[in-house]
Amino acid sequence: MLIRLLRRYIAPYRRQIAIVTAILLLQSVGNLYLPNLNADIINNGVAKGDTDYIWRTGAVMLGITLVLGLFAIVAVYFASQASMSVGRDVRGAVFDRVQSFSAREMNRFGTASLITRNTNDVQQVQLFVLIALTILVSAPIIAIGGIVMAIREDATLSWLLVVIVPLMAAVIGVLLMRAVPLFRQVQVKIDRITEVLREQITGVRVVRAFIRVRSERERFETANADLTDTSLRVNRIFALAFPSLLAIMNLSTVAILWFGAGLVDRGDMPIGNLTAFLQYIMQILFAVMTAVFMVILIPRAEASAQRIVEVLETTSSITEPLRPIAPQRLSGLVAFADVTFAYPHGERPVLRGLTFEARPGRTTAIIGGTGSGKTTVVSLVTRSFDVTSGAVLVDGVDVREQALEGLWARIGLVPQAAYLFKGTVAQNLRFGNENATDAELWRALEVAQARDFVAAMPGQLEASIDQGGTNVSGGQRQRLAIARAIAKRPAIYLFDDCFSALDAGTDARLRMALKAETGDATVIIVAQRVSTILHADHIVVLDEGRVVGSGTHDELMRTSAGYREIVESQLGAAAA
Amino acid sequence: MMMGRPQGRGPGGRPQAGQRGGPFMGLSAPVERSKDFRGTLKKLLARLRSERLVLAVVVVLGSVSVVFSVIGPKITGNAMNVIFDGVLGKALPAGLQKEQAVELLRARGQGQLADVLAASNAVPGAGIDFKALAQVLALAVLAYVLASLLAWAQAYIMAGVAQRTVYGLRREVEEKLARLPLRYFDSHAHGDLLSRVTNDVDNIATTLQQGLSQLLTAALTVIGVLAMMLWISPLLALISVITIPLSFAVTIVIAGRSQKEFIAQWAETGALNGHVEQMHSGHALVQVFGRRVSAIQQFNDQNERLYRASFRAQFLSGIIQPAMQFLSNLNYVGVAVIGGFRVASGAMSLGDVTAFIAYSRQFTMPLLQIASQLNLLQSGLASAERVFEFLGAPEETPDRVGATAPRTTSGHVEFDRVSFRYLPDKPLIEDFSLDVRPGETVAIVGPTGAGKTTIVNLLMRFYDIDGGAIRLDGTDIRELPRDAVRRAFGMVLQDSWLFAGSVRDNIAYGKEGASLDEIVSAATAAHVDSFVRTLPDGYDTLLEEEASNISAGQRQLITIARAFLADPSILILDEATSNVDTRTEVLIQQAMARLRQGRTSFVIAHRLSTIRNADEIVVMDGGRIVELGDHAELLRKQGFYYDLYQSQFAETVGVDAAGRANIPLLQPAG
Repeated sequence: MLIRLLRRYIAPYRRQIAIVTAILLLQSVGNLYLPNLNADIINNGVAKGDTDYIWRTGAVMLGITLVLGLFAIVAVYFASQASMSVGRDVRGAVFDRVQSFSAREMNRFGTASLITRNTNDVQQVQLFVLIALTILVSAPIIAIGGIVMAIREDATLSWLLVVIVPLMAAVIGVLLMRAVPLFRQVQVKIDRITEVLREQITGVRVVRAFIRVRSERERFETANADLTDTSLRVNRIFALAFPSLLAIMNLSTVAILWFGAGLVDRGDMPIGNLTAFLQYIMQILFAVMTAVFMVILIPRAEASAQRIVEVLETTSSITEPLRPIAPQRLSGLVAFADVTFAYPHGERPVLRGLTFEARPGRTTAIIGGTGSGKTTVVSLVTRSFDVTSGAVLVDGVDVREQALEGLWARIGLVPQAAYLFKGTVAQNLRFGNENATDAELWRALEVAQARDFVAAMPGQLEASIDQGGTNVSGGQRQRLAIARAIAKRPAIYLFDDCFSALDAGTDARLRMALKAETGDATVIIVAQRVSTILHADHIVVLDEGRVVGSGTHDELMRTSAGYREIVESQLGAAAA
Repeated sequence: MMMGRPQGRGPGGRPQAGQRGGPFMGLSAPVERSKDFRGTLKKLLARLRSERLVLAVVVVLGSVSVVFSVIGPKITGNAMNVIFDGVLGKALPAGLQKEQAVELLRARGQGQLADVLAASNAVPGAGIDFKALAQVLALAVLAYVLASLLAWAQAYIMAGVAQRTVYGLRREVEEKLARLPLRYFDSHAHGDLLSRVTNDVDNIATTLQQGLSQLLTAALTVIGVLAMMLWISPLLALISVITIPLSFAVTIVIAGRSQKEFIAQWAETGALNGHVEQMHSGHALVQVFGRRVSAIQQFNDQNERLYRASFRAQFLSGIIQPAMQFLSNLNYVGVAVIGGFRVASGAMSLGDVTAFIAYSRQFTMPLLQIASQLNLLQSGLASAERVFEFLGAPEETPDRVGATAPRTTSGHVEFDRVSFRYLPDKPLIEDFSLDVRPGETVAIVGPTGAGKTTIVNLLMRFYDIDGGAIRLDGTDIRELPRDAVRRAFGMVLQDSWLFAGSVRDNIAYGKEGASLDEIVSAATAAHVDSFVRTLPDGYDTLLEEEASNISAGQRQLITIARAFLADPSILILDEATSNVDTRTEVLIQQAMARLRQGRTSFVIAHRLSTIRNADEIVVMDGGRIVELGDHAELLRKQGFYYDLYQSQFAETVGVDAAGRANIPLLQPAG
C-alpha cells in the first residue's frame, strides 16, 4: 500500500529525488574517500617520513569535507522539499476525495476517522518519505559504495564482507521478524487499556452504582498484565539488538586486523590500506544499522498509507449524470414514487414502497421513530443516498438525472445536528447565499426566532462563532442553522428534526413565522415530536419504513392507530 | 575501530516514541516542558526505590560494559602497532639492532623515518609477530564480547525494571480512579483525564525504558572516551574537544532559528486541521449549500501555507545533522593530519592514531544522544507531572470505620433538612425535607438543565450533602458503607452506558455472579430477550462502541435488564429517551413500569402519566428545588409547576401557545 501510494505521489518529484540520490551517492563516495586519503597519509607520508605529503593530502581532505558539507545541505533542501510536497499533495487528494463523498461513504468511514486520515495519517507518510529520502536511501548507497571501495582497496580482504554483511542482515532479520508482530500486539493492548479506562471514566456512575469497582479492577488488571507481558518481551528482544550488532561490528575489526596482518606481512597490502579498510567496514555496517532501526517506522507508515489508500480508492456512490436533465419548471415539487431504500449491508429496507408528494406552498411533515426511516427521506432528496428502487423526483425530474450542484442550489437544508462553522454569525448565515444583505440576514434571524439573542451578542452579526457552534446553546445553534437555510431562499426547505432543542413556545412561534416566510416554497419537516408537526398541511406517518398514515392531524387522529400511538406515548393518554 | 555504545534508540513500549525529540521532531508536537523538572524527576525516581538493588546492578553492568567498550579501540590500536612494527622490521636488514638501524637511517638522511623506527618496537629483519598479534587480538575479542554481553544484560534487566514500574503505575492510576469523588469526574474534561491515565503513562514508560539507562551509558561513554583520548594524546584530544562547543553552538543557533519555523508549522497545521475537521463534520452542509469548490479552494490555500512553513522548518532543522557531520569530518581530518605528523616524528605510534580516530568518531554520537535523550526526558517528565498531579488529587472520604451494611432495605428514604451546594458560594438545595415510604414514587420534573440529577447524586452518595441527613430505613447514609447504600438502589439513566463486551456480560453487570437463568429472566422482563435472540450470536453478541447492531433503544432496554437483575429496593429512573423509535419506546415504558412495581422509585419524569400518578413531585429549576407536592396540590398552587403543566397542556390540545408558555415540560425527544 505504502509503495502503491508513494509510487503515484512521488512521481512529480522525480527531479528532486534524483538530485538527492545523486548527492547521497557523491556524499558516500566522498565520505569513503576520506579514509582512503588517510591511508595515503600513512603509506606515503608517515611510513616514508614525507611531511609535505601529509600537508598536501590534509588540504585535499579538508576540501572534500567542505564540499561534502555543502552537498549535504543541498540534499536536505531537496529531501525536505520532496517529502513535504508529497505530504501536501496526498493531503489535498484525500480532501478532494472526501468532498466528493456522499453520506454513504461518510458513514462508512466515520467523520472522525476521515479527519484522522486526512491529517495524522498523511503526516505519518510524510515523515516516512523524509526519513526514506535521507536515511533509508543512503544506507544501500553507502553500503554499495563501501563494498566497491573495499574491493578496490583490497579484493582479497573483501571476502570478509561476504561473511559479515549477510550475518548482520540475518541477525537483524530474525530480530525484526520476532519484534514487529509483537509491536503490533503492544499497540492493540494499549488500545485495550485505553478502552477499559475510558469506560471507567465515562461510566463512573454506573460502575459505582452497581458496586463493580472490584470487577472493573480485575478487567483492568488482566489488560495491564497482558500489556506488561508483551511490552517486556518486545523490549527484551530489543535489548539483544544493539549488543549483538555491536559485537558483530567489533569482532569484524578484529578479524580484519588478523587477516589483514597476514596480507601486510606477505607484502600483498600496504598497512595504510588496512586502516582504510577498517573504516569502510564500519561505515557500511553503521549505515546498515541506522537504516534498520528506521525500518521500524515502516509498519506505522504502512498502516497510515493503507488508511489513506482506502479513502483514495473509494469512489462516491453518488455520481453526476453524464447528461444532466434540467427540469422545465423550478417550482420545488418533491415527489417520492414507490421508493424503497436499503443500506448496503442492512438486512431490511429502511423505506419500503414510499410514495408521497410535497407540494410548493405547503408544509409536509414526516413523523415516526428513529427506526422508521424518516431521516432517510431527507437524505434521498439531497442525494446523500440514492434509492434502491423507485424514484425521487424534484420538479418532475429524477434527482439522479439532475446536475448535483443545480439540485442542491434549490434546497435549504437544516440537518438534525445543527452544525455551525468557525467564523462570524454573518459568515455562517451567508453560507448558502454569499450575496445576502445584512437586512436579509436580520430578516432570516427574525423568522428563526434568533434575532433577539443575536442582537444581544457582542458584535451582533459580527459576533464570533466557535467551531461547531459550541459557544452558543443547542437551541440557539438550531435557530441559527434554520436562519442559514432561510437566508439561502431555497425553493425546497428540508427540516430534519431540527426543532428538538427548542422549547414549545419558541417552536410554535418559529413555525408560524416560517409559514409566512416560506410562501411558495415546498417545506418538508421531519420530526419526532408531535407538537412540531400538528399544524402541517400534510402529515406522513412512517413506521418501519412504511407509510402507516397520511393526512392532517385531525384526519390521522381518526384514521391512524400508529399516529395515535405516537401522540399518546408523547403527550399522554389525556391528549389523545 | 568500533562504533559507539548501544545508545541508539531501541524502541520502548511504542515504536513511535523514539521519534520524539529526534532529528525529525519537527513532525511531532513540540516537546513539552515540565514545570518542576527536578521535583518531578525526584518523584519519578522515588518510584524506582523498590528496584534500587536491581538498578544498582544495572548501573554496575552499564559502567563495566562502557569501560570494556572504551578500552577496545586502544587494544586494537596496539594490534595495529604490532603490525606496523612488523612492516618496519621487514624493511630492515636482519641481524641489525634497532638502534643501529635508527642511526643507519639518520646517516642516510631519513631522519623522519628514523624517528618513527626509534619510537617503535620493530625488530629489524623480523616480520609481524603473529603470536603477539594473536594475544592482543584475543584480548580485544574478550573486551568486545564482554562489553556486548554486559550491555545486553543491562538492557534486559532494565526492561524488567521499566515494565514493572509502569505496571505498578498503571495499577495505581486505576485504583486512584476508583477512589476519586464524582466531583472530580464532573469537573474535569474526560478527554484530558483519559489522556493522563493512558498517553501520559505510556510516555513515562518510554522514558523509563530508554531515557534513563541511555543517558547513563551515554554520559559514561563521553567520560570514558575523553579519558582515553587524553591518555593517548592530550594534543589531539584538544582538537577533538574544541569541536564540542562548536557543535553545541551550531546546534543551538540552528535549533533556535528552526524553533520559530516549527511554531509557524504547528500554527499552520492547527489551522489546516481545523478546516478539515469543520468541512468533514459539516460535509452535508458544504455540499447542499454549494460550498464544495470554495471549501477545496480554502483547503488548498491553507495546505500551501502549511507546506511552505513545514518545508522551512524541516530544512532548517535538517541542516543540524550535516553540520554535525561536517564538524566530525573536520575533526577527523585534523586528527589524521596532526596524528600523521606525530607518528612521523615518532612522538606517537600509528596504533594510537587509529585508536584515536576511533575514539573521536565515537565522541560526537553520545553527545547528540544526550541532547535528544534530555529532550525525551523533558517530555516524559511533563507527562509524569500530569500523572502525579492526578494521583495527588483529593480522594473521597473513606467509609466510616465500623460501618456495617444492613442485609436488606425496605426502601424507606427520608430527606431531613438537607442542604447541598456544588460550589461553596452557590447554595442549591437548602433545608429540603421529604419522606418517601416504601413503594412510593417520586417524580422529579423541570426544564433541561434544572439540576434533576443532583437528587440522584445525593441519593447514591456520589456527592455528600453539606447539612441535614438522608436516611435509608432510618440510618444516615453517611453512616453506611457507600457500597451498601448503592446496593439498595438500581439505576437506569438516559445515557445508557454499556461496556465493550457481550450482551450477557452487560446484563450480568447488575449482579455479581449472576446465573444464566437469572440473566435470561431479567432480559425477558426488560423486553431484551426477544431481540437478543434475533442477533447472530444471541447473548454472546459483542457490543462495541460504534456497533450498529444494537439501536439506542435496545441499549436502554439492556440497562433496564441490568436493573432487574440487581433487584434493588429503590429505583432511580430517567424516563428521557433519545433516538428511540416509537415501538421500542413503548417497550421501554412497559419495562420501566414493571420494574417500578413494589419498589420505591425516584423518576426523572417526562411523561404526564408518571407525573400525575406520582406520590410526590419535586419541581426543579435552575438547580434548585422550587416546589414540592402532588399533582393536585401543585396545580392548586398555580406556581411554577402550573405554568409548566399549562404550557404542555396548551400544546397538546393544539391551542396556540405562542407568547404564553415557553417552558417545556416534556424533554425534547431527540
